[in-house]
Amino acid sequence: MSHVQDELIASDIEAYLKQHEHKGLLRFLTCGSVDDGKSTLIGRLLFDSQMLFEDQLAAIEKDSKKWGTQADAMDLALLVDGLAAEREQGITIDVAYRFFSTQQRKFIVADTPGHEQYTRNMVTGASTADAAVILVDARHGVLTQTRRHSYLVHLLGIRHIILAINKMDLVDYDPAVFRRIVDDYRAFADLIGMEDFTAIPVSALKGDNILHPSPAMHWFHGPTLMGCLETVEVDETRMQRAPVRLPVQWVNRPNLDFRGFCGTLAGGILHPGDRVRVLPSGKETRVARIVSDEGDRPRALAGESITLTLEDEIDVSRGSVICGADAPAQVADQFEARIVWMHEEPLYPGRTYLMKAGVQTVQATVTDIKYQVNVNTLERLAADTLELNGIGVCNISLDRPIPFDPYEENRDMGSFIFIDRFEHHTVGAGMIDFALRRAHNIHLQHVDVDKAARAALKGHRPGVIWFTGLSGSGKSTVANRVEEKLHALGVHTYLLDGDNVRHGLNRDLGFTEEDRVENIRRIAEVSRLMVDAGLIVLTAFISPFRSERRLARDRLEDGEFVEVFMDTPLEVAEQRDPKGLYRKARRGELKNFTGIDSPYEPPENPEVTLDGAHLDVEAASNRVIQALRDQGMIPR
Amino acid sequence: MRDGDYLTHLQRLEAESIHIMREVAAETENPVMLYSIGKDSSVMLHLAMKAFHPAPPPFPLLHVDTRWKFREMYAFRDRMARELGLDLIVHINPEGVERDINPFTHGSALHTDIMKTESLKQALSAHGFDAAFGGARRDEEKSRAKERIFSFRTAQHRWDPKNQRPELWKLYNARKHKGESIRVFPLSNWTELDIWQYIYLKDIPIVPLYFAAERPVVRRDNALIMVDDDRMPLEPGEEPEMKKVRFRTLGCYPLTGAIESGADTLPGIIQEMLLTRTSERQGRVIDHDSAASMEKKKQEGYF
Repeated sequence: MSHVQDELIASDIEAYLKQHEHKGLLRFLTCGSVDDGKSTLIGRLLFDSQMLFEDQLAAIEKDSKKWGTQADAMDLALLVDGLAAEREQGITIDVAYRFFSTQQRKFIVADTPGHEQYTRNMVTGASTADAAVILVDARHGVLTQTRRHSYLVHLLGIRHIILAINKMDLVDYDPAVFRRIVDDYRAFADLIGMEDFTAIPVSALKGDNILHPSPAMHWFHGPTLMGCLETVEVDETRMQRAPVRLPVQWVNRPNLDFRGFCGTLAGGILHPGDRVRVLPSGKETRVARIVSDEGDRPRALAGESITLTLEDEIDVSRGSVICGADAPAQVADQFEARIVWMHEEPLYPGRTYLMKAGVQTVQATVTDIKYQVNVNTLERLAADTLELNGIGVCNISLDRPIPFDPYEENRDMGSFIFIDRFEHHTVGAGMIDFALRRAHNIHLQHVDVDKAARAALKGHRPGVIWFTGLSGSGKSTVANRVEEKLHALGVHTYLLDGDNVRHGLNRDLGFTEEDRVENIRRIAEVSRLMVDAGLIVLTAFISPFRSERRLARDRLEDGEFVEVFMDTPLEVAEQRDPKGLYRKARRGELKNFTGIDSPYEPPENPEVTLDGAHLDVEAASNRVIQALRDQGMIPR
Repeated sequence: MRDGDYLTHLQRLEAESIHIMREVAAETENPVMLYSIGKDSSVMLHLAMKAFHPAPPPFPLLHVDTRWKFREMYAFRDRMARELGLDLIVHINPEGVERDINPFTHGSALHTDIMKTESLKQALSAHGFDAAFGGARRDEEKSRAKERIFSFRTAQHRWDPKNQRPELWKLYNARKHKGESIRVFPLSNWTELDIWQYIYLKDIPIVPLYFAAERPVVRRDNALIMVDDDRMPLEPGEEPEMKKVRFRTLGCYPLTGAIESGADTLPGIIQEMLLTRTSERQGRVIDHDSAASMEKKKQEGYF
């Protein structure tokens, strides 16, 4: 690292260290399209702030010959492009973080890709940024991509937007070009409600207006890019002026005499003696001590990770939020929020997701997608689902109330992620706008409690999944897996099988043909009651006769019955013989055994037919779940 | 440290690291902190003590030992564990011991693979650790710049750079399937200079090998290798000579090059680092092959 220009290092290192101890930290992201020269800009910032090591430079020079796009010149972009696969494609495809520093500040740069399919990455980079540098190619002006990036950084609440109009060297440093682009951009900024931005004409390749004012652009009197980055306000500093918020991450209890509450202060300045209210309980007390390994502290600032104790013993656990008593957060369980979808599997209203908001995790359902925003045109579109990179304004409903602030007021208190309950992926990110007050009125309304009303509570429609097939065909195996998956999707299910029916409800029945018909009739009847209660019922019985299955279907409404045929040849089922029943039947010890001395009538038009001979339980259960979606029983 | 009403870069980095450690303690079942005895580990350990003060950290330390660390490193490790009252687990790959794997006979690649990569996987699986803190920083090397702070590993300990979870705000998703585990990098956003500055500011103990002293070395392949014990075979005519040297990184002694230096104080070290023009990992033999080699190693399960 050649801070050689910095005489102080050589002459008085201790004075240098003292000076640099007081540096601040700014996180920003850069966005632009593939050809705007984004990587070159970051390379330039690293290069000009002299944060490159000699061996890194050597590696880039070597790489430039292999991969570079700048002919003989060193390709600064290669500094930034990280993974091998990306280099081969010549584009950046993920968020990369870079570091450099000046006398005033340390900088963390999130470098995010520009193409459409990677909105996800840009939102990720923007979520932790204090400022955004939006690159525009001076030759092309404000493009669709520029608008998209601007909309996204504005959506994520970034307050400092720097419009870097790049490649000025290629338009002869013409002020008219610069001004025309600024005017275009201002019109767009007004449209999306962006209050302010700073426009700077630059050439990342030549270094104009990056660190030093450009001799080629005397007509420009604004700050250089670096000058701007060194002075804009860091978001955490602004948050010191917000009300006190401490989301409790961890309760520190080394012994009976100490009970500390740990967390990162998400707003305000906190002192011992301050009056606080703990949410959601609403109890009030005072801060006793702010404890640290370097002794008790007189205050803590927003952004610090702290441990405090309270004067009174009140109930505080992970997920509680300790708030300033004069301005506590709100508590609610239904919100309007903006959601950015980040997964290939779309967002389906009605499906239950895990929602991590602050440090607590609750279950959440999108009850309504009010509209989707086309990020290119800003049009509002009706939508049933949100696809990957879709942005929607949605109503969400949680399984319990949480403390929160609107995202605009406090990013840490108003942001959340959605996690798939089954796969555990992070599938979406969201920002709370406000609480829906509807929750207070719902219990006053008169409601006829009928099947539809009960179903409405569940977020899915009731119905029966009727598995049929030979003994040993795999019905129970698949039915069990389907139930697990439905449960993970938040579906209220019940599985009826030989184990829980034969030993109770039907224990008076034997295996004569008559009893077998009665057995199925009772199962069909119990299923119907459970459907009336709003459940999705799975049944796993041989149920060999068409007529009984017909009866079960007829007890229900259209669209409530899904027949699943486990199509397994007798030889295969008999070879599996998990309970030894075929052997017994062959020896004549079991009478009326389906397939041996009693017929099996395969369904004529089952909703789903599964290959039971080559059973892939995962694939089979997924097919059943898809059938439920197709039938509208569970949300897409 | 406080000056005016803004947080300094070190205060913000410290707060972020502590936040991460507390999230892991709260959201995983059986976390562990990998302790490599180096300066980054020293900072990570200091932050862990801070995060849970006055209680001790709610997780043990794990040292994956290759048997070829410097003697001063072992002494330092044992002293730190004793003084801080920490639970220290030391794991050495028993197969490696049986086959007497060492960097001289088997070369650095095989030695690293068996005694570090394989050994680490063994230890994590044997103890059922579902989250492991590591001291890696994003500024060390290109593939790390894109790795998440919570980095997932399959049950086979593989990293899939194309399939990383988006990481937004301070919201870390620690959910995983049975058998999967997470590597957590609380120092992701620190740079080498930040580490040294923090050590200086907080007076954090580090292994004395970082400071210049007279040590016996031989010159091999343009690197100064310290003759730390009599297991090191000397080439014919090779004679250890005393030189004033120090180490910028610490690893297995036969694989770690020393630099000639007079820096025997922390400000001296920082001064020297700021004035020299070679980056830190150059001392490590492992990175030299190609720029993409670390990415490949990580996919295979190297930390």
